[in-house]
Amino acid sequence: MINIGLGHYLTLGAIIFTIGIVGIFLNRKNIIVILMSIELILLAVNINLVSFSIFLNDLTGQIFTLFILTVAAAEAAIGLAIIVVYYRNSSTIDVEKIDSLKG
Amino acid sequence: MIAHSIFFYTFSLIAIISAIMVTASKNTVHSVFFLILDFISISCLFIMIGAEFLGMIMLIVYVGAVAVLFLFVVMMLNVAQQKNQWLSSAKSSKHIPFGIIISVIIFFELIIVISGWKFKPDLAMKISLTNNQTITNTHSIGSVLYTDYIHVFQLSGMILLVAMIGAIVLTYRKRPGVKKQSYFSQISRESTDSVELVEVKNNQGVKIDD
Repeated sequence: MINIGLGHYLTLGAIIFTIGIVGIFLNRKNIIVILMSIELILLAVNINLVSFSIFLNDLTGQIFTLFILTVAAAEAAIGLAIIVVYYRNSSTIDVEKIDSLKG
Repeated sequence: MIAHSIFFYTFSLIAIISAIMVTASKNTVHSVFFLILDFISISCLFIMIGAEFLGMIMLIVYVGAVAVLFLFVVMMLNVAQQKNQWLSSAKSSKHIPFGIIISVIIFFELIIVISGWKFKPDLAMKISLTNNQTITNTHSIGSVLYTDYIHVFQLSGMILLVAMIGAIVLTYRKRPGVKKQSYFSQISRESTDSVELVEVKNNQGVKIDD
């Protein structure tokens, strides 16, 4: 317990990943919280990559974390723009009321 | 070693609790604040294990840009007061057992993978980008990022450009009835279009608006 190894960081990543998935499943009200849960999942992936990179002494993981960060920022921008447009057209972003595809 | 473990447990506990609060809190603005707290504690962890550059970049990109963007949208759309009540609605609560079961299964799969894996014995030979200990983390990332990964780097720049153009195109709207300055018609206006030379006869005056 005292010696912090790779397994501790991987477990932290797994816990945060699971919390993100729980957030996507259980949130039935607000679509912005779903976007935030996706950010949490990407954060968990980043934790895994960085901890492997540090403990294996290999820089590739940190480089790919940079690219994941870029893609996450782009995804957040596009998702929020879509939410703004949707709110402007139908004046709600409730998950239960977005059912025009009848899925 | 003791200090390392104390810091690890503190930061990871803060990160896990704030991640739970992101999904569970009733007010969306509070969720965004807990997301910021989560990012800050994770970037403290990154700085602690030696990835200083990524920790700082996480702070700048997530806390400085993404979280502020979320906060902007939450406050602009006025959804902060819409209660985030997934426990009270009867129609929603059908989904909750399935969601919890699937998430628990995913978590235990991840734990099984984490506790059971081993390194391949010839892995140490395959590591191509050894982290040089004599130079700083930022220096070593920079020396790799702009040489070996230059194409991927430029591709991520293209992704950011496409995201920016897409966000502008999505949210742009033409409002009718707004008076705007048209530089083209201002600059292309000539004296022959607007000024006329009139031969004035004596004692007859000039007719305007004919």
